[in-house]
Amino acid sequence: MVVQSAAEAITYPAVGAELDIEGVSHAFDIDGAVLPVLDNVNLAIAPGEFVALLGPSGCGKSTLLRLVAGLEKPRIGSLREDEARISGPHPSRVVVFQDPTLFPWRTVWDNVALGLEAQGILKTQRHRVDDVIELVGLSSFRNAYPHQLSGGMAQRVALARALVNDPKILVLDEPLGKLDSLTRIAMQSELVALWQRKGFTTLLVTHDVEEALVLANRVIVLSDRPARIKADIAVGRPYPRHRGDPHLAGLRKQILGLLGLEATW
Amino acid sequence: MSTYSVSDTTAAAPRAAVTLADLSGSYGVGLAASLVWLAFGLSCLYWPDVGDWSRTGSLGIGAIVIAAFILFGTFSADYLGGAGQALRKRAPWLVAFGAFVTLWEVATAKFAWLPLPFFPPPQSILEVYTDDLPKLLDSVFASIKLQLGGYIIGATIGFITGVSIGWSQKIGYWVHPVLRFIGPLPATAWLPIAFFTFPSSWSASTFLIALATGFPVTVLTWSGVASVSSAYYDVARTLGAKPSFLVLKVAIPAALPHVFVGLFMGLGSSFAVLVVAEMIGVKAGLGWYLQWAQGWAAYANMYAALIVMSLLCSGAITLLFRTRDRLLVWQKGVVKW
Ligand SMILES: Nc1ncnc2c1ncn2[C@@H]1O[C@H](COP(=O)(O)OP(=O)(O)O)[C@@H](O)[C@H]1O
Ligand SMILES: [Mg+2]
Repeated sequence: MVVQSAAEAITYPAVGAELDIEGVSHAFDIDGAVLPVLDNVNLAIAPGEFVALLGPSGCGKSTLLRLVAGLEKPRIGSLREDEARISGPHPSRVVVFQDPTLFPWRTVWDNVALGLEAQGILKTQRHRVDDVIELVGLSSFRNAYPHQLSGGMAQRVALARALVNDPKILVLDEPLGKLDSLTRIAMQSELVALWQRKGFTTLLVTHDVEEALVLANRVIVLSDRPARIKADIAVGRPYPRHRGDPHLAGLRKQILGLLGLEATW
Repeated sequence: MSTYSVSDTTAAAPRAAVTLADLSGSYGVGLAASLVWLAFGLSCLYWPDVGDWSRTGSLGIGAIVIAAFILFGTFSADYLGGAGQALRKRAPWLVAFGAFVTLWEVATAKFAWLPLPFFPPPQSILEVYTDDLPKLLDSVFASIKLQLGGYIIGATIGFITGVSIGWSQKIGYWVHPVLRFIGPLPATAWLPIAFFTFPSSWSASTFLIALATGFPVTVLTWSGVASVSSAYYDVARTLGAKPSFLVLKVAIPAALPHVFVGLFMGLGSSFAVLVVAEMIGVKAGLGWYLQWAQGWAAYANMYAALIVMSLLCSGAITLLFRTRDRLLVWQKGVVKW
C-alpha cells in the first residue's frame, strides 16, 4: 500500500466528525465499592484529526473509548459528535478492539458485511464489502473462516469491518497490540494511508509511545487511574514519518518522562 | 476454504500383476475376509441343523455370494474408485464379523452349544426379515412417525424457550423455576398420568417424547446463549445492530454448538421414552413389536427388531451429526461420529 504525503491528503474531502469530550468522569461499582476510572476528562478533537491516547495500563483508556462509542454513558459530563450528544452506539463511530472479535461462524466476507447487514442496506451495497476487502488486501481470503487467518490478517478484517461503514470517527483500542513487530510496522503505514485517504477522525489508544508518535497529530498522555489528561502534545511533523526523526525522539523522551519511565530511556 | 484445498493426490496407477508380497499385504486381509465368509456359507450348508429352520440354505448361499463379492472387490479395488477404497478400509471388520457369524451359526444351529430358543441362529433372524417383513416395516414406520413428531415439537419448543430465557431476564424469572422443578423428572414418570389425560395414546406419547427432548435442548440452548461473549454484542451494536439482529445473528449462531449438544442428548433420552411408551401404551412401533414377540416367546423376532432399532437410532444420530457438521463448518476440530 502506498503511503501518501500530507499535502496530497488535503485534496480529499474530509468526512471526519468533530468530537468533544466535556468534563467526563466515570466510575464502576465493584462489590459495593466505587472505583473511579475517569476524572474530569476534557478533550476537543477537530474533524479529520488523528489523536493518540497514551496511559498506564488500567488507567481507563478503554473505558473512555467505550463512552465515545456510546456503549456506556458517562456518570458526569457529556460527549458530542458534531454538536450532537452521544447517547448510544452508532455506525458513524466504529470501534476496532484489541482482539479482532471476528464472528467465528462467518466467513471473512460475511464478517466485513456485518455493519451493512445490521443496518439493512447490504443488498444494494455489496460492492462496498468487496472494495474494502480489496483495500486491506484480503481478496483471496474472502471465503476463509476466522480460525484460518493469522493474527495480522484477522486484525485487518476487523479494520475492514469498521471501514465498510464509512465511519466519521474511527476508534481504535490497541488494535496492533498483539501483532509481531514487522506486521505492526506494516499495518501502521497502512493505517496512516487509509486515514489520509478517507479523512475520518481517528482516536487511537496505544501503549507504544513510538506508535503514537509515528501515527498521530496529537498525543494525549493520561495519568494513573482515575485518568486525567496529563499532557496534550502536538506532534506537527509531515507524513510519512521516520522512526529515526530526532524531533520525535525528543518527544518520546518527554512522554516517557510523563509516564514516569525516564530512567528506562 | 476451497481456495486452499490441494486436489487429492491421484491414486497409484493400477498394477498389472498380483505378487506374493501383495497377498500378505493389501490383498491379504481382503482375501482372508473372503475365506471367512466362505467358511460361514459352508458351515451353514455342511452340517445339518439341530432344529427346523427354513432359511439355512439361502443363508449359506448368500454368504458364499458375499465371499465372492469380497474376493472380486479386493482384487479390483484399484479400479473401483471410492467403493474399492471403502472395502479395503473395512476388510479387517469383514474378517471379524464373518468370524463372529460363523461362530454364532456353529454354536447355535449346528451343535446347540448355546441354549435354544434364547439364542436363535442367524437363519431364524433372516427368516423374520423375509417372512414377517410387513409387520416389521409397519412397526418401523410407526416408530419413526411418533419419534419424529415428538422430537421436532420438543426440539423447537426447547430451542425457543432456551433462547428466550437466555436472552430475557424477565422470561427467565418465570420459566427458570418451572424448568428446575419439572425438567429433571424422567419423562417416563409422567407416563401413567399422560395416558389418562391425553385424548389418545399417540398424543400422550408425543408429549412424553417432546418433554424428554425439550429439557436438554432448553438447558443447553440457554447456557449457550448466556455464555456468548459480550464482546460480540459490543461489536454488533457499534455497527448499528438492533436487538432482533443481536438475537438472530449473534446470540443464536454463537450458541449453536451448545444447541447441538442439547439436541444430541435429547435424542438419546427420547429414544428411551419412545420404546417404553410403545411397550406400555401405543399398540404400534418397534417397542410394541418387541413386547409382542416376548409374549409369544419369539426370540428371533426380538433380536431382529433390536437390530433394526439399533440401526435406526444410529442412523438418526448420524443424521444429526451430519447436519451439525454442515452448519458448524466454521468450528475447528469437531468430533467425527
Ligand atoms: N465493566 C466494568 N466493571 C467494573 N470495572 C471495570 C469495568 N471495565 C473496566 N473496569 C475497570 O476500570 C479500570 C480501567 O479499565 P480500562 O478502561 O479497561 O483500562 P485500560 O486503560 O487498560 O484500557 C480497570 O481497573 C478495570 O478493572
Ligand atoms: Mg484497554
